[in-house]
This record gives sequence, C-alpha cells and structure tokens, in this order.
Amino acid sequence: MSNEMSIRSELTKGFFRENPVFAMLLGMCPVLGVTTTAINGIGMGVASLAVLLGSNTVVALFKDLIPEKVRIPAYIVVIASFVTIVDLSMAAYLPDLHRSLGLFIPLIVVNCVILGRAEAFASRNSLAYSVIDGLTMGLGFTMALGMLGAVREVLGSGALFGFAFVGEDATTMLLFVMPPGAFIALGFLIAAVNTAVKKAKAFAAARSRAVSTQPATEGVN
Amino acid sequence: MTGDYMTIVIAAMLVNNLVLVQFLGICPFLGVSSRLSTAIGMSAAVMFVMTLAAIATYLIRQFLLIPFELQFLETVSFILVIASLVQLVEIVMKKISPPLHQALGVFLPLITTNCAIMGVALLIVQHGYTLGETIVFAIASAIGFTIALVAFAGIRERLALMPVPKAMQGGPIALVTAGLLSLAFMGFQGLA
Repeated sequence: MSNEMSIRSELTKGFFRENPVFAMLLGMCPVLGVTTTAINGIGMGVASLAVLLGSNTVVALFKDLIPEKVRIPAYIVVIASFVTIVDLSMAAYLPDLHRSLGLFIPLIVVNCVILGRAEAFASRNSLAYSVIDGLTMGLGFTMALGMLGAVREVLGSGALFGFAFVGEDATTMLLFVMPPGAFIALGFLIAAVNTAVKKAKAFAAARSRAVSTQPATEGVN
Repeated sequence: MTGDYMTIVIAAMLVNNLVLVQFLGICPFLGVSSRLSTAIGMSAAVMFVMTLAAIATYLIRQFLLIPFELQFLETVSFILVIASLVQLVEIVMKKISPPLHQALGVFLPLITTNCAIMGVALLIVQHGYTLGETIVFAIASAIGFTIALVAFAGIRERLALMPVPKAMQGGPIALVTAGLLSLAFMGFQGLA
C-alpha cells in the first residue's frame, strides 16, 4: 500500500509540488533564454529530459562503485557525456532547432536541476525510482518551459506553435519575445502557478477534513 | 586594434550583458542577490575564475582539441577544466591568501555550476577570439555580471522592506524586478 502510494507521489511530484522551475527556481538560464516560442521551450525541455533520464540511470546503476570523495566530478562527466550525445544527435537530425537553441544545449551540463537530481535522488535510490524521478522531473521541466514559451509566443508574436492567429500587420507586444519579457512573464507565471497550487492544496485539505469529520458526527448522532 | 578591444568591452559589458540579455548565470543572480555584501563577494569570485577559465579553455582548445581533432569533446573537457580550476583556485588561495579565501571561499564551490563561466568559454569559441581578445572579453563579461548583480542586490535590499502582494513575494517579484532592470539595459542596444 505505502509502496504504491509513493510511486504515485513520485510520478506526480515533478509537475507542481516539486517542479524544478515553479517550486524550486532551478535551471533558470535555459528557462529564460530559449522560451521565445513554445516549440523552442518544449525542444529544450525534451533535450534536458533525455540528459536527466540518462544521467539518473547511470548514476543509480553505479552509485556503489563511485567513491564518495569524487562523486561530483564523476556525475559531471556522466552528465557531460550525455549532453554531448544529445548535442551531436540534435545537430544531425534537428539542425533548425539546434541552431535556435544554440549555446543552451552544451550548457545543459551546468543545469543545476540535473546535477541536483543526481546528487539528491539518484545517488540514494534504486534504479527504478531514479528512472521515474528523471522522467517526472524532466516532464515537469518541459511543461514549465512549454508554458512560458506559449505565453511569450502568444503575447509577443500573436502565434502558438508557429501558427499565427493575428493579422500580418497586427501590433503584438514585442517586449515579450525580448529579454525583459522573459523575466516579467516568468515572474507572473510563477506567481499564478504557486497561487493555484496553494488554492488546490487548501481545497484538498478542507475536503479531507470534511470527510474525516463526517463519520464522527454520525457516530454522535 | 584598440578600437576592436573597446568594441568587445562595450558589447560584453553593456549591450550583451551576460545576465540581463544573454541569460547566463541566472542562478547566482537570483540566489546571492538578497544582500549587497554577498553580491560583491560573488562577483569578485566570478571575475577571478572567469578570467582564468577563459584562458585555460582557450589554451586547451588551441593546443589539445584542435591539433588532435577532438572538438566533439569540447563540452566534456571544458566542464572538467572549469571544475578542476575552481578546486585549484580554492587550494592555492587557502595557502597564499587566507583572508581572500575567507572572503570568497563560500562562493567558489557554487561557481562550478555557474553557467556564466561555461557560457563565456563557449562564446569565445563561437566568436573565434584570439588570446588577447579572450582575456579582454572574459574580464568585460565579468564586469557586466558584477554591474547587474550589484544593481540588482541594491534594489532587492530596498524591495525587502516594501509591501508586496502575497502571491508575488520572493521569486516572482525578484523576476519582475530583473525584467525592469533588463529593460533598462535594452537602452544600450545599438551602442556597439
């Protein structure tokens, strides 16, 4: 029972409760740097997801073999190898996306989310949990990037996933595709998501209180 | 010749500010900017490591990777050079100048995962700078980082006393503030 519950909580934690971007403010450089469109954001998210999944798997497999003292350099080499694989594969198969993400693909190496998960999770948990952790954290990261990319694309270019829904000569808020817009849009997005999560939590707590008090009142009657 | 260097300095410091325009080094920018004194300490550490790392990665690339056609190892070798350099700097500093180590010591481990350092090393490769240009670019970028971080820390120290809507407290208001600061830096566009 408790095992099932924890798998379920592992599967959902990356989206809101422990979302690397909204809840922990980690890995902000690519979040701000590449999200001028939803496609770019999702592409970056998926690239990070692939690296995170690979590094979590390898770190979990070799955690007993890696000496305590050199663990951080060892993790960095593992991560850097996966980043190189992703970098070269994207250059070969998705040259356009690779060009628009530019510098931020090799910079996945220094994304604190990935090293953070290797250190805080994969080095302490079994392979299966580490894979799940990599998957959900990566998806949560992708979701955050996609959301910010969508907001910026809609406001800044009047389009979504490349399909324009305003006329050619319409005035859009260009600010949002420029650097300042990234900071401002992310600030408001985090505020909105955190408020929504807090409301949902309060609602769930109120409901569980109502459910747990019900049998007691019945008992009294 | 000096004109070229001047262009690099203005571009790296203001027009393409590392933090506010290129989005490199956002983690320390948001993480250590709540107090002015820590912001200055972090900036000094970054400037020191960034210059050394730029020179080290430049030499590694010129004399190891290119002659042996190993450019695909760029990412792996750069991050290892930066990580070991940070360790080395910490050890040497501890031995030679304990006061300096005491002031900057806590920031050094954080620098390994600072994407600004790695980003500058990669930007130098992209631009194809010579050794002289590399050094100037690294120092100017670090000064740009310092300007952004210190200005932001100054604003945040005042912001801490302001009544901020509940939903915006902490991260969100800091990001919006950074947005306004970035907007100010947009004014430098076209300068170089």
